Amino acid sequence: MRYNLSLRQLPLLLLCLLLCTPLLVVLQSALQPDWQLWQHLTSTVLPDYLQNSLLLAFGVGTGALFIGTTLAWLVVFYRFPGRNILQWALLLPLAMPAYIIAYTYTGLLDFAGPVQSLLRETFNWRYGQYYFPEIRSLGGAVVLLSLVLYPYVYLLARTAFAAQSQRLAEASLSLGLNRRQHFFRVTLPMARPALVTGMALAMMEAFADYGTVQYFGVPTLTTGIFRTWFGMGQQQGAAQLAALLCSMVVLLIYLELASRKQLHFYYSGQAHQQVRYTQLSGFKALLALILALLPLLLGFAIPASQLALWALAQWPTLFSAEFGRLLWHSFSLALGSAVLVVSLALLLAYGMRLHKHWLVQLMVRMSGMGYAIPGTVIAIGVMLPLGAVDNQLDLWLEQQFGIRSGLLFSGTLFALLLAYAVRFLAVALQGIEAGLGQIKPSMDQAARSLGLNARQVLWRVHVPLLRGSVLSALLLVFVDVLKELPATLLLRPFNFNTLAVRSFELASDERLAAAALPALTIVLVGLVPVMLLAKALDKTPNKE
Amino acid sequence: MLQLQQVSVAYQSSQVVKAISFTLQAGEIGCLVGPSGSGKTSLLRAIAGFEPVSQGQVLVAGEVVSALGVQQNPEQRQIGVVFQDYALFPHLTVGDNICFGLWRQPKAQQQQKMQQLLQLVGLSGMAGRYIHQLSGGQQQRVALARALAPEPRLLLLDEPFSGLDADLRDSLARDIRGILKQLNITAVMVTHDQHEAFAMADWIGVMAHGSLQQWGTPYQLYHQPANRFVADFIGQGDLIRGDMLDGFQVKTCLGVFQQPQHTGFDAGCAVDVLVRPDDILHDDASPLRAKVLSRAFRGAHMLYQLQVGDFAQGSNEQISCLAPSHHQHQLGEMIGIRVQIDDLVCFARTVNQA
Repeated sequence: MRYNLSLRQLPLLLLCLLLCTPLLVVLQSALQPDWQLWQHLTSTVLPDYLQNSLLLAFGVGTGALFIGTTLAWLVVFYRFPGRNILQWALLLPLAMPAYIIAYTYTGLLDFAGPVQSLLRETFNWRYGQYYFPEIRSLGGAVVLLSLVLYPYVYLLARTAFAAQSQRLAEASLSLGLNRRQHFFRVTLPMARPALVTGMALAMMEAFADYGTVQYFGVPTLTTGIFRTWFGMGQQQGAAQLAALLCSMVVLLIYLELASRKQLHFYYSGQAHQQVRYTQLSGFKALLALILALLPLLLGFAIPASQLALWALAQWPTLFSAEFGRLLWHSFSLALGSAVLVVSLALLLAYGMRLHKHWLVQLMVRMSGMGYAIPGTVIAIGVMLPLGAVDNQLDLWLEQQFGIRSGLLFSGTLFALLLAYAVRFLAVALQGIEAGLGQIKPSMDQAARSLGLNARQVLWRVHVPLLRGSVLSALLLVFVDVLKELPATLLLRPFNFNTLAVRSFELASDERLAAAALPALTIVLVGLVPVMLLAKALDKTPNKE
Repeated sequence: MLQLQQVSVAYQSSQVVKAISFTLQAGEIGCLVGPSGSGKTSLLRAIAGFEPVSQGQVLVAGEVVSALGVQQNPEQRQIGVVFQDYALFPHLTVGDNICFGLWRQPKAQQQQKMQQLLQLVGLSGMAGRYIHQLSGGQQQRVALARALAPEPRLLLLDEPFSGLDADLRDSLARDIRGILKQLNITAVMVTHDQHEAFAMADWIGVMAHGSLQQWGTPYQLYHQPANRFVADFIGQGDLIRGDMLDGFQVKTCLGVFQQPQHTGFDAGCAVDVLVRPDDILHDDASPLRAKVLSRAFRGAHMLYQLQVGDFAQGSNEQISCLAPSHHQHQLGEMIGIRVQIDDLVCFARTVNQA
């Protein structure tokens, strides 16, 4: 362990600095506000952006909290038919990107869709003669986002409920509380840090959402950033809006960190006790089953089936050259980014393990912040400095050698890879750090005392022990990149399409059926990490 | 086999181990005891080569392995370590863990050695298990076998029993001492528990605030503690006031005690005299009386807290007495005691103790 800073840490610190640059650029832009632009924005669209973003985030937070907590409560404290399958199947909506569920439901529920058509036929209604809620609205976005984001709360709440000691319940009973009082006075307050954490994660995703609100035509900060950049050509203005969005997310991160800290002392030990559950039967069991089935159906089964139906109708396009190119672009890009991001994460995680200096720790932590930052913000943060570098380079090369480099960084995959690295580093870092944490320093020392040198320790202890975490980090980043929409949309090289981008474009052109095949591909690939998560959950003690 | 000369260890600027010296002959087991934060684990890590020394030198078999500017790598020292958390490799079986340090040897030889060790630590037939399938005590034995496999010149044990149940500790400590003695292994163990140290050690070093307070046999530490800290840390005991009559005799409320060697104090010096519970014998016939303040049942024995001295003059000295437990006395009762101090231990009385 080294506590002193030396030149050997310099490359590591520079790498961290590069990864922090986009965030710093965005935050820095807030320091020199363009007052004229802000005046214009505040008098026109900014109040709408802010209001919609806030309503969306709080709506989704509340919705996810309600659905997630209810489901966790059902699954942990009750047994009913189907419960053992549902307890992991309830995670499936995680595989459904919000923008995909948005246009799937639009196809289902708009005027020409099957639901309204059926209603009209059945009751012989005509246009305007009946009320039907408009799905393409802020309310619709809140409902749909809640449906795919509740698993964050569900996962954490489930663990928190299951980790509570049976002794506590017995203590409550002995003090004269009934089971319901115990739930509201002990179980729920004790799970609060976990619930807040889950809710904060769902809210961050809601703030970051671009695809859904853009498709629904709801003006929020994310769509506002796009519009200010492309529609008005105001790069600094876009960066400043991004900074505003960022500050809200930072607030959430603070909230999340604060409650995560409490998690530590809320659950110390006693994890291996079984929570006492109630066996439901008859009507109550049926009710519980329906209640637990509902989010799964709405958040996954129905939209996935609809996508499958559309895709099936379009199956010949499966073999088209265009779809092949989409697949190749998406998969090679995702794989390349995954390898890059995981290598960076390994480098940084080892850097932190070896160099205990506070500056190294801080810089690595800062580099991991990107995950919480909306893709739109990161795209802006990547675009601005790279564009500047490109212009300078182009100028210099032309003056010196008479050649023009064009957009060497900002117009190529380099920009996209950098953005992915910034955005998804935390995903990889988290897994690898956890894996590395399993290799206690005493194991290194044990190996050394048994006659191995540092390189042998790496090969015989670290490689076999880290293999699992590295593979799952690769998988997670791969899937995240495959699903990513806003940053890809902004930063992709000209004419470079991915599954996510093409699917979104087709949907925006009202070609829902054509959008279904790439969308379904994304959902299916997204299922893999969810399955792994479910399998990991299955190993935890809360099984029958 | 192991020799420490004025060894100091420092982290950043704070010195956590201060000028420690001791020697262990081949086959001897030494224990470092002390409260947490006394620097004993840091000293152990310095011997193993995980920390550099900031002063002094460590010699193993006459060869300097650590000194200022000299730092032999841990893997070259041939020093086995049993870690507090065992540090067993979770991706390997019991057998592979034990063979981990034998990678230079041919497979057949590794297997043979592994089987021998498994038998030695009483885990025959468990070679194929994974670490998480073992109990704490079994993991501890695997950790010992793994450390012993490469036949180290020296074995270090860092709080090896801290994760185990109290009754398991005793039997395991005895077993391990037996194994080490059988193999004639030189070992240093670190613990905060003096009973473990008594069970294992030929030599015990008491550490506090980074310094070695005393290095001696268990008997010496108990009966001839070098200072107040050792007297207080090792065993139970009370200090009563005494006044030196001359260099050899001290007068206390329990009578006059003497010893053949000079105590180091001159006549008239005010001192505190160490009285162990086993120095006080319960004897109903004795004229020396003491009042029972409290009592604690200890199974075979009853530990009485007694008040002695001239009550009329307001003197209030307390001592403890370990009496056979069928001697039942009530609180407040006056009982007869006899004092039998074989090793007289006196410390200069400090002002706040007077």
